[in-house]
Amino acid sequence: MNVVFALSTAMVSAAGVLTLLRLVRGPLALDRIIAVDVLVTLILAGAAIGVASRKLTSFLPVLLVLALLAFIGSVTAAHLIEKREGMR
Amino acid sequence: MSTALDALTAVLLLAGAAFCLLGALGLLRFADTLSRLHAATKAQTLGLLLILLGAAAQVSPRYAVVLVLVALFQLVTVPVTGQIVGRTAYRTQAVRRPGLVLDELGERLRRDARARGEAAGQDSEGGDAEGGEAEGGEHAGS
Repeated sequence: MNVVFALSTAMVSAAGVLTLLRLVRGPLALDRIIAVDVLVTLILAGAAIGVASRKLTSFLPVLLVLALLAFIGSVTAAHLIEKREGMR
Repeated sequence: MSTALDALTAVLLLAGAAFCLLGALGLLRFADTLSRLHAATKAQTLGLLLILLGAAAQVSPRYAVVLVLVALFQLVTVPVTGQIVGRTAYRTQAVRRPGLVLDELGERLRRDARARGEAAGQDSEGGDAEGGEAEGGEHAGS
């Protein structure tokens, strides 16, 4: 079971590194918004694996709040970009 | 019982983590914003859903309810985010035109702009506002 937890944590971490590369590379602000959204999802995934492996049930409210904040943040940022580009 | 749950968790966690990894790979490798969005949303819904269900199988039912709640919430919000980001990409001309096979939104916008232009031509009352809007539609469509 420990092997499974270690393997899935490693895979999620590798996904996080790839997402960070996209976040740095851009090129559009929209790409960065998508990357940040995915990054928060990967943090959720890592926390969920932690809940499964060490029974960290105190992480559960964190999961709930992060899921909410990621949604609000991405939608707001996308709206902002739409508004800014519309001005030109 | 515990062994069966452990096996279920192992399968779900590994499948979910694989989806996350493949989604991130697509996010890095794909060529334009809409393709990246396509890859990202798969990792965000299915990948996280599988991992959360795998974790839910490991904890007691009253904690598992919260995990399932997060999964349902993610299932509702990710398509909304994807739709809004995709719409923003379209409206800010971030979509690579030659890569599109079918552009139903563009056709619709052009049709609406034409109809509005004709209406503005027949009816001079409020023609300025209508014409301006039609122009905007044409701009977004082209």
